[in-house]
Amino acid sequence: MLKEEQHSYTSIHMIRKGFATGFPIILGYLPVAITYGVLAKQAGMSLTELTLMSALVYAGASQFMAVNMFAVGTGALEIIIATFVLNFRHFVMSLSFMNQLKKIKLKWKIPLAFGLTDESFAVSAMNSKEASMKKGALFYGTILASAYLSWVFGSLLGGMLGDIIPQKLSQSMGIALYAMFIGLLIPSIKQETRIAAIAIVAMLVNAGFVQLGMSTGWAIVAGTIIGGFSGIYFLGEERT
Amino acid sequence: MIILMIIGMSLATMLPRVIPAVIIEKMQFRPWINKWLSAIPYAALGALIFPGIMSVKPEEPHHGMIGGLVAVVLAYFGLNIILVVLGAILTVFLLSF
Repeated sequence: MLKEEQHSYTSIHMIRKGFATGFPIILGYLPVAITYGVLAKQAGMSLTELTLMSALVYAGASQFMAVNMFAVGTGALEIIIATFVLNFRHFVMSLSFMNQLKKIKLKWKIPLAFGLTDESFAVSAMNSKEASMKKGALFYGTILASAYLSWVFGSLLGGMLGDIIPQKLSQSMGIALYAMFIGLLIPSIKQETRIAAIAIVAMLVNAGFVQLGMSTGWAIVAGTIIGGFSGIYFLGEERT
Repeated sequence: MIILMIIGMSLATMLPRVIPAVIIEKMQFRPWINKWLSAIPYAALGALIFPGIMSVKPEEPHHGMIGGLVAVVLAYFGLNIILVVLGAILTVFLLSF
């Protein structure tokens, strides 16, 4: 094979692999994005505004919260601060993700960082070996881009068509992203049981802080950071 | 006005995502920090799953938990992640009757 041919073959292969790996995110995002679109429209936002918010803010939980706050007439500054708090966990996740992508060039890392969400981070982090493969950036880029597009497109769809999914079904689909997180975590635990301990520490810390009255945003940050610290103890020596 | 709010929210979500790209590029970490960073995904998954999963149906928290347990079992038996997700959706859907 010519060198160039081999190059484009690897590219197509990585894009395909990225799409297949990221597909569960699309499945989980579409119904949530549609619901967001419906609620945003009902709260009085225009189709352009609600789609623009998905395209520029790209943070599910924050957008739902903003729509709620907007509907009851909360001020913009308060909404922006609440958004920051709820999404600060992405700072911690991005630190971990960018460290995973150490071998990838900065000009690739920056657009990848823009596309980081809970879900795209979780899927990418559980598929870490591609980071050291040729064209690895394309693999992660495809996961992140397909998640992003399904979120923006789903929002537009919800704003345009209204409630197209029956309520019973859309509520049941609320479990989709949680099930995806579980489906990502279990295979790692099967490989290394001690990983379960890290996740459980994070769960308990998160639940404990919520009980103490901390906001969801900070409680998830605390759970992630402290759970991660427990990993220094739980993870074997080979992981450095 | 609402456009300004969207731009403000955008900065609030985008800066925390992008700043680490630059930090990591410039720094060489000690081994324990690398270990901490490599444990973060598992911790994040834990914190994202629980207790949030109980709010799938806020008035019936056990529905989310049962759906989650089904997902654990399906994933444990090595099913493809899409089937894990569909199995959990179906479980919660059936519980609502």
